[in-house]
Amino acid sequence: MIEIKNLHAKVDGKDILKGVDLTIRPGEVHAIMGPNGAGKSTLSYVLAGRDGYEVTDGSVTYYGKDLLAMEPEERAAEGVFLAFQYPVEIPGVANTTFLKTAINAIRKHRGEKELDAMQFLKLLREKTKALGMSDEMLKRAVNVGFSGGEKKRNETLQMAVLEPKFAILDETDSGLDIDALKIVAEGVNALRSPERSMLVITHYQRLLDYIVPDYVHVLAAGRVVKSGGKDLALELEKNGYRDFGVDEAA
Amino acid sequence: MTTSLFSTRGADPTTAPAFLAPLEGRDAALDGSALPVVADLRARGRARFAAVGLPTVKNEAWRYTNLRELAKQTIGPVGDSAATPVDRLPTVRRDGAGPRLVFVDGRFRADLSTIQGLPTGVLLTDFASACRDHADLVAAHLGRLASADDRPLVALNSADLTDGVVLRVGAGVAVADPIELVYVTVGREGVTASSHPRALIVLETGARAVLVEHHISQGGAAVLSNHVAEITIGEGATLHHCKVQRENDATFHLSHIAASVATNGVYDNFILTLGARLSRNEVVSALDGRDARTHVSGGYMVRGHQHADISTIIDHAQPNGTSREVYKGVIDDHGRAAFQGKIIVRPHAQKTDGHQLNRALLLSDSAEIDAKPELQIFADDVKCSHGCTVGELDDDALFYLRARGIDKETARGLLIGAFLADVLDEIAETTVRDAFQGCIAGWLEEQR
Ligand SMILES: Nc1ncnc2c1ncn2[C@@H]1O[C@H](COP(=O)(O)OP(=O)(O)O)[C@@H](O)[C@H]1O
Ligand SMILES: [Mg+2]
Repeated sequence: MIEIKNLHAKVDGKDILKGVDLTIRPGEVHAIMGPNGAGKSTLSYVLAGRDGYEVTDGSVTYYGKDLLAMEPEERAAEGVFLAFQYPVEIPGVANTTFLKTAINAIRKHRGEKELDAMQFLKLLREKTKALGMSDEMLKRAVNVGFSGGEKKRNETLQMAVLEPKFAILDETDSGLDIDALKIVAEGVNALRSPERSMLVITHYQRLLDYIVPDYVHVLAAGRVVKSGGKDLALELEKNGYRDFGVDEAA
Repeated sequence: MTTSLFSTRGADPTTAPAFLAPLEGRDAALDGSALPVVADLRARGRARFAAVGLPTVKNEAWRYTNLRELAKQTIGPVGDSAATPVDRLPTVRRDGAGPRLVFVDGRFRADLSTIQGLPTGVLLTDFASACRDHADLVAAHLGRLASADDRPLVALNSADLTDGVVLRVGAGVAVADPIELVYVTVGREGVTASSHPRALIVLETGARAVLVEHHISQGGAAVLSNHVAEITIGEGATLHHCKVQRENDATFHLSHIAASVATNGVYDNFILTLGARLSRNEVVSALDGRDARTHVSGGYMVRGHQHADISTIIDHAQPNGTSREVYKGVIDDHGRAAFQGKIIVRPHAQKTDGHQLNRALLLSDSAEIDAKPELQIFADDVKCSHGCTVGELDDDALFYLRARGIDKETARGLLIGAFLADVLDEIAETTVRDAFQGCIAGWLEEQR
């Protein structure tokens, strides 16, 4: 279980998160919606442990452990996965090398045997096929020369390979056309399980037609201002975020 | 216009006696003394170095590399290296067998060397044997490309000319196997033992060879290794010359490589610097024939309090020459690096194509690099470019890797390896590339 309590965070000296409360139980899918600048990505980075995001108050308890006290790699090894809104390009590091290093680091942490080259390739083949990714994409440097859609698919592939316990998807739908969106959503849905929790961050309701959440929360100005079932997303689609004091053209 | 990086303005003659003292009274006993060319070069080197001493930072060519710490050492002669056991001899070969000359503290060790598997038409031997058996070859090439007059350290090397390697590849002969030179320094307690090996390398018309140099230390003693290589590339000949240098943190490694490339010839040089307290690798490649090519590149990895200097001169003297120069460096801790790259295009050298790139990655706030590209172009129909970048590890990339469970040190290693990866592609020979890749991996491993 993940318990976020009264979470306050600063970026560049500016208060962004102003008391976020959220509890996510195993197997649940929670959606966070909210206008641009609400602090959605900030929340995801704070959970993943990025430098420069200063927690000033509150706590995050992850299966009984203090998540905020862990290094980013420890969090990942404990099963936290952030699918980045803007996946990073890493010239010179092949996608396969990256994935193999990552999965073996995590397996080692879990006390499992590291995969050898053959086992790893077999696993990778299975997962890429399901996501409609080419072998060629795996040989390329991480995200370098990938289209927006390819980057998001690559994030989904990493999630499928690393099998996290808690996946945070930050605007995984942005930049995807409807076909790509369906493929990515299928990939995500395939990972739904009674042990795995997900936090799906999105600006638009569209994604939630494909990844149907158990709960929907509205984040505005650094706080969860409303929570409800999946119908809340439809309501937001109709009325926008105006009801939450946000005047948005988008 | 000058090809000389190393004018003797800004040198300190008071430093000279300490470096020349170990040579006193040894002349007559030294190999090759009977050859006038050797005796003459020693005398000239001695006189010249006595007059100038070590270069100082007031010398433009030495602005970024200060030999003050070297000047403070108690310089002594090498010990009895004929007897020193050597526990480890590096090679790029997987099977371990191949032509290889080994030098311990600059002295040739026949017992550790193998001269077999070479095709006919190849001469690979030590300096003393060459003076005895191939006096004409020595006379024709010694002191021809590296001048003792305008480079103090070449003068010092000449003053102590004692040992080294002579390689000649005859016309039309291609040597497929890499020829390896291993320089092991052991040194002595209490003094900084100095050695001054010389290499004479001659590729005749159409010859091809791969030469690999390893420079390592055995133990932690401080030494001064002051190398000079004179390399003659004949018409249409090709030499791939790769060097890896990873001595201990007390070593002063100074090296001057002077190459002259004839029409259609290729001189290819790659230097991987991982070691020494202070290293300076000078490469001067002169395209003295039409349509000649040179490719000088390398990687420098500097940490602790190391200082690494790469100083190159590409001298386009004839038309249609091509030069390509790519260096990449990684500097951590309090490390310092200096890169000086001069490209000269002489008035006659039309249609020259010259390209230079130096990229450095600073891993710590106290790491430093001085970079000085310098183009001197006197012809009008040329294509010349140079680029220089200094950067840091990408924090976003580092976080991305860590967010996937990869620990910080491994993540840094991946990014550093990625930064360096493409410079290794400059090495044409796969065996050498793989071996050098292994050296870099070892360096990264120690970094953790
Ligand atoms: N690195 C940063 N430096 C300064 N301000 C930032 C930084 N990242 C985010 N912000 C600010 O924090 C606020 C929330 O941003 P973000 O979490 O990206 O919102 P969302 O993902 O909901 O669009 C915005 O006002 C944004 O300008
Ligand atoms: Mg965002």
